[in-house]
Amino acid sequence: MDIMQVVGFGIVATVMAMVVKEQKPAFAFLIVMATGVVIFLSILDSLRSVILMIERLAYQSNVNMIFLGTVLKIIGIAYIAEFGAQITKDAGQEGIASKIELAGKILILALAVPIISIVVETVLKLMPS
Amino acid sequence: MPDINTVFQIAGVGIIMAMLHTVLKQAGKEEWAHWASVIGFVVVLFMIATYINELFQTIKTIFYFK
Repeated sequence: MDIMQVVGFGIVATVMAMVVKEQKPAFAFLIVMATGVVIFLSILDSLRSVILMIERLAYQSNVNMIFLGTVLKIIGIAYIAEFGAQITKDAGQEGIASKIELAGKILILALAVPIISIVVETVLKLMPS
Repeated sequence: MPDINTVFQIAGVGIIMAMLHTVLKQAGKEEWAHWASVIGFVVVLFMIATYINELFQTIKTIFYFK
């Protein structure tokens, strides 16, 4: 999708949210959330082609697919956590937003544990006993 | 662009709900106005939940969560 379309859509949605906020603040929040979902969905197609390219590169250079899968999962967790945190921040709930970010960080760390342990084992193997 | 209409739909429902609320309040039916607002909110929330589900499923397929 074109960047012009995203920007125009965002501005229109902002105006609508401001108009509705006068009458019903809850509906304004729902408009903001739907806008976020629509923009994210429209981005995902481009994102898919980028990830397919990365996957092809990794396949051609014989990278272990476990590593690539883990990295992609980590990126996915980061995107979803960012999305949720920003929506909750828009609704004025800073506390919940920071908890979502904390959960994202911890889940990313948990996903990285196998890779870290592989690295540590490799280093230990290299060391002369 | 996938579903711009959803956002306009939500805004329309919001404006209609505000009008309905005002009319019912003027007619002296406070209880009914309240329930109308709640039901409109639930309907829109259901629509948005469907779209968020779609978004999360797409992200799951793209980032190998399955």
